[in-house]
Amino acid sequence: MKTGQWRWWTALAALTLALAALTAAGCGDDDDGGDGGGDESAALQKLGKGEGEVNLIAWAGYVEDGSTDPNVDWVSDFEKETGCKVNTKIGNTSDEMVTLMRTGSYDGVSASGDATRRLIAGGDVDPVNVDLVPNYKDIFPALKNQPWNTVDDVNYGIPHGRGANLLMYNKDVVKPAPDSWGAVLDPAEAAKYKGKVTAYDNPIYIADAALYLKATQPDLGIDNVYELDDKQFNAAVDLLKEQRDNIGEYWSDYTKEQAAFTGGDSVIGTTWQVIANLVQADKKSPPVEAILPKEGATGWSDTWMISSEAEHPNCMYEWMNHIVSPKANAAVAEWFGEAPANEKSCALTANKDHCDIFHADDEQFFDQVAYWQTPTSDCGDDRGSTCKDYSEWVKAWTEIKG
Amino acid sequence: MGRRLTGFLWRHPRAQLGLLLSGPVGWLVIAYLGSLAVLFVASLWQLDDFSGEIVHDYGLQNFQELWETPVYRTIVGRTVAIAAAVTVTDAILAFPIAFYMAKVATPRVRALLVVAVLMPLWSSYLVKVYSWRIMLQESGIVNWLLEPFGLHGPGFGNVATWLVFSYLWLPFMVLPIYAGLERIPDSVLDASGDLGGKPWMTFRRVILPLALPAVVAGSIFTFSLTLGDYITPQLVSSTQFIGNVVYANVGIANNLPLAAAFATVPVAIMIVYLLIARRLGAFESL
Amino acid sequence: MHISDGTRLMLRIGTGITLAFIWIPLVVIGIYAFNESRSQAWPIEGLTTEWFSKAFDNPGVREAVWTSVQAGLGATALAMILGTLAALAVSRYRFFGRETISFLVILPIALPGIVTGMALNSTFTQVLNVDLTLFTIIVGHATFCIVVVYNNAVARLRRTGTSLEEASQDLGADGWQTFRHITLPSLRSALVAGALLAFALSFDEIIVTTFTAGSEQTLPIWIFTNYSRPNQLPIVNVVGLLLILISIIPVYLANRLTQDPTGTAAPGAGGAAAAASAH
Repeated sequence: MKTGQWRWWTALAALTLALAALTAAGCGDDDDGGDGGGDESAALQKLGKGEGEVNLIAWAGYVEDGSTDPNVDWVSDFEKETGCKVNTKIGNTSDEMVTLMRTGSYDGVSASGDATRRLIAGGDVDPVNVDLVPNYKDIFPALKNQPWNTVDDVNYGIPHGRGANLLMYNKDVVKPAPDSWGAVLDPAEAAKYKGKVTAYDNPIYIADAALYLKATQPDLGIDNVYELDDKQFNAAVDLLKEQRDNIGEYWSDYTKEQAAFTGGDSVIGTTWQVIANLVQADKKSPPVEAILPKEGATGWSDTWMISSEAEHPNCMYEWMNHIVSPKANAAVAEWFGEAPANEKSCALTANKDHCDIFHADDEQFFDQVAYWQTPTSDCGDDRGSTCKDYSEWVKAWTEIKG
Repeated sequence: MGRRLTGFLWRHPRAQLGLLLSGPVGWLVIAYLGSLAVLFVASLWQLDDFSGEIVHDYGLQNFQELWETPVYRTIVGRTVAIAAAVTVTDAILAFPIAFYMAKVATPRVRALLVVAVLMPLWSSYLVKVYSWRIMLQESGIVNWLLEPFGLHGPGFGNVATWLVFSYLWLPFMVLPIYAGLERIPDSVLDASGDLGGKPWMTFRRVILPLALPAVVAGSIFTFSLTLGDYITPQLVSSTQFIGNVVYANVGIANNLPLAAAFATVPVAIMIVYLLIARRLGAFESL
Repeated sequence: MHISDGTRLMLRIGTGITLAFIWIPLVVIGIYAFNESRSQAWPIEGLTTEWFSKAFDNPGVREAVWTSVQAGLGATALAMILGTLAALAVSRYRFFGRETISFLVILPIALPGIVTGMALNSTFTQVLNVDLTLFTIIVGHATFCIVVVYNNAVARLRRTGTSLEEASQDLGADGWQTFRHITLPSLRSALVAGALLAFALSFDEIIVTTFTAGSEQTLPIWIFTNYSRPNQLPIVNVVGLLLILISIIPVYLANRLTQDPTGTAAPGAGGAAAAASAH
């Protein structure tokens, strides 16, 4: 058979070419990608009618419409009330969120402290007129006008919630009860639980070591644990390299951490409050306790921001108001496991003790928390641009894990 | 028009061939090799220290950095070693069952065994990894079974990754070996026996050489799949593989250039591996 | 063929060990799907079917399955066309670079998924400026699925030879008739087996998908996200068990197809080509 089957092949080939053409067309239709850059226009002055939809970038668990669990839903009501259909894109990292915001196709983002500053500086977000967000008045004062949401007295976002990275330990094994990060970071202390120590598997954990060094080695002169120069950074990294020998496994998602403590694979290490609760609720688990060590802790505080190129600003304002409304804020805080931003949420949580457990109104507690920021080479003080940027942190983390 | 095209193609088989190949080759060369080329170009870019943005200046700094930092070499060594260990383990585990299926089992049993080996291939990769997590944890089945004997499971670490990878890719080794063994005529094996070859001798001198292309075919997958994975190491250990470092740089740090540079390492390893495999005739056994 | 009793026994033991190794983890998932407690410790305390109804009521799972089915069908269709074309060219023509085709086809599956994923991702986002959608998932999956269809088709074409096609033309059939009545029937079961494998690969792929999916959630991505939420674990175990059970259908089909008299003698041949699962 040599030349006979041309017809069938022609058909197939034509089909392929058509597909290829389609592919090309599919690729071609989106070239309006943004070069970012806000127009510095002032905040919205008056709320208009909703535009029918709103496009959000959010952390997983911040915008739940019942598709994860039918009982976890604070979006459907909002859609019904405002007529704004919510489209969500999950951002996995702060970097991804910044990149996505710069495309200009989104109306808003739930940004962590390590993204907000970059977004403000890059002109990717607009100031927020808090008068148009009625629920703003009920937000804990300590969350308002903070460096990560306010620049030169101009407000750039609505606080969403916060939490701290605590020290959890198995009460049966770890005796006496620890009160310092030294329990996991001091090589002599940690060696007592060799192979059962755990830590958060992320370069940002280097800040936890810096926090400990800040208290124990004042001569290093560490102030902000995210702005580390050569000497400070190396000291923190060396400490973590020593810690590596005592680590059983690092944890990256909270299932892994929970399973490790319930199963006994880990007995001491960093945790989030929500994980501690899960372990404590498990009848078969050994007893655990989560504490804020005397050196303080790292933590996070998230902010809803509006894009400078928002196509649906009215719906975005409606959303920002909704997500910090007492009911929605209570729901999201409980689902995600963090302290709500709205004072009034505390009365509406399903677990009446939620705000106590998560220290929602305990400012003394949060005064000791150094919220996550992205390390940049700019030290933010007279040291100039001599600090280690995030890509250096990632490389160091690779070396620490080995 | 259609008729003229018809006639043209009839007279020009080369044109037929061109039409036939344009789709697949176009796709693979443009979409795939093109993308790989983009990746390679990206490995020559830099990350600006100050803004964290990618700068499109070309240079070999990333490769230099990878070469000069010992930890990257350790990670490449570990990844290749575990990939090799997984491949050997799978070959050893696969041979008896493949031989049994090909030469001993009745057609009915054979069909059942094929299903038994194929089914795990179709069930979710993640579900299988998590199953191992549940089994290997401190309060899991493995320790529960070993405890009466005073033993303790491997926990989460290099051993766990080796076990889980061996588990995940085993069917990919069984099937080609089975197909390869089935192609060996029974008469060849009987002849070896008739000439006085002991079973071990027959295995070593007759079966193994004939089945080698099939084993190599299977090994392409056990090896390359281990080489490129980052999810299993993350789930059952805190060990870093090449994939974990690549993922951390591209997914977390936004340092695409360094990630791309490191990604050329497994690509180079696999291309060499494939060239050797092709020489050994493995491609015919896929 | 003569095999001594001792060897036979050894083979049986080896087979048993391998089978146990393959099946124990799957059985464990099956047991945990009925676990009453959310805790994953062993031994489990009580049995319940509660998680099954929760899983069925979960709209996230249903959406994810639908996305995966669409991606799988799209990728399979593309891979079928491209793989068949390449197979026809390679087995019915001689040309310069013919050997390279088989190398080229196997490359996307033999190179680590993270490389394929990252390469496609940088092309989509840095060069072409396309949004990551279902379309980009299909492109990514089709790329590594071509090899399965190609391998099955090439093996079949090699085996069937060209004599029947030549006879058909000698008897006056035109190209289309020859294809319709000769080539296609002999290729059909190989193509369907290839398509099943391609679909399976696509359906279970996570690494390339992670880089090409954007905000789309395929089933593996849904499973991955939900495994990191302790409260969802029991539901994921149920989904895992259901996937294992559903996989009987394609395995049965593939097995039937590859055992048809005109087809390959070895059911494994098709499966081996699958040796492609995309991680």
